[in-house]
Amino acid sequence: MAELAEAAHAAVEHGAETTAQEYITHHLSYLTFGQHPDGHWGFAHTMDEATEMGFMAFHVDTLFWSLFLCGGALLFFRWIGKKATSDAPNGVQNFVESIFEFVDDRVSEGFNHKNPVIAPLALTVFVWILLMNLMDLVPVDWLPELAIFIGHFFGQEHMSFKVVPTTDPNITLGMSFSIFALIIYYSIKNKGAWGFFSELAFHPFGKWMMPFNLMIEIPTLLAKPISLGLRLFGNLYAGELLFLVISALLGLYQLPFHFVWAVFHILVVPLQAFVFMMLTIVYLNAAHDGVHH
Amino acid sequence: MDITLTIFGQSAAFFVFWWFCSTKVWPLFSNVLEERKQRIADGLEAAARAQKDRELAKNASADQLREAKEHAASIINQANKRASQIVEEAKGKAREESERIIAGANAEIEHEMNRAREALREQVGTIAIAGAEKILERSIDQAANEELLSKLAAEL
Repeated sequence: MAELAEAAHAAVEHGAETTAQEYITHHLSYLTFGQHPDGHWGFAHTMDEATEMGFMAFHVDTLFWSLFLCGGALLFFRWIGKKATSDAPNGVQNFVESIFEFVDDRVSEGFNHKNPVIAPLALTVFVWILLMNLMDLVPVDWLPELAIFIGHFFGQEHMSFKVVPTTDPNITLGMSFSIFALIIYYSIKNKGAWGFFSELAFHPFGKWMMPFNLMIEIPTLLAKPISLGLRLFGNLYAGELLFLVISALLGLYQLPFHFVWAVFHILVVPLQAFVFMMLTIVYLNAAHDGVHH
Repeated sequence: MDITLTIFGQSAAFFVFWWFCSTKVWPLFSNVLEERKQRIADGLEAAARAQKDRELAKNASADQLREAKEHAASIINQANKRASQIVEEAKGKAREESERIIAGANAEIEHEMNRAREALREQVGTIAIAGAEKILERSIDQAANEELLSKLAAEL
């Protein structure tokens, strides 16, 4: 990644024509706002600058789309919900209600405890991820080109702009580790700190094998958020990458291939949102269970 | 993978959106759905009740119809009875009346006959006397004749 970035940067510096590699690298880079090595905060003007910022940076593009999509969806739902009546619903209300009922059914199947905030959580996660994944179906150049066009007015040349938030591991892991925090919170709340610890320490082999149990159970526990976040990231990143490869290599002949891949992605997009939601429900259900399975 | 502060931004957004959804969005829809569920349940219950009511009304109307028929039949029965009674009564009265009229007529006939017989007897007596006077002229004793004539008159 770093070499790619450097190569792309070098190519741009020398005014060379954009190669496929540069094209792809550019599309996989973020619009980054962070702390420069000299200590001041600002946008990264090149990929190298972004790399140098390291951890102290925000991916403005993916974070913006993430907040915009979920915030927009929830405000839209609230707007519809305010007008909702218990009479026969009109089209939009019916549509939103069907999403609600879909999520509510999944929660009542998968979650066997009383906790009124789990269903809203599942709804938020499902709708949010679905919308973020759907950004994958927007043709790969539209929004980045628009961003570059706007960027010119702010002195940003060759600005990177990544529009699919779920191709950013920060976004997917940010969600999955938030859910991990909830797993820990509800486990301790429902089982007590000792109960939660004994789940990790005294299973599956009894208390005399405690170190061995911990060696098994702690990675199992940590694998939950990591696999949850990376599964989503990996699927969408791979999908986006293939769109980019098609765009970069096939020239005019890309359209039918884009179409086929987009059709396939119509399956992947909701499936990944659904999987993320279901696993969230299942993990949180286990966190509420008195007995560890 | 470049992990940056973005991960905290996303996590913060996660909790904010979760809170917003739980408090500002979910209740709107769960209330509406609950309310509609209740209304549908009420509607179904009302329909079931109405059907039951209809069943009961059907039974009641059948009962009433049967009662009415019975009532009508008994009224017709009574009327028939009354009619035949009236006919019987009328017949009885008519018979009595006719008997009375016949009796009256008979009595009158008797009376007329007696009167006629009386008158006839008197006229026959007078004729007989007149005849006898003519036959016997003066020779006949008025008293003895009178006796004879009375006997004759009594025989007539």
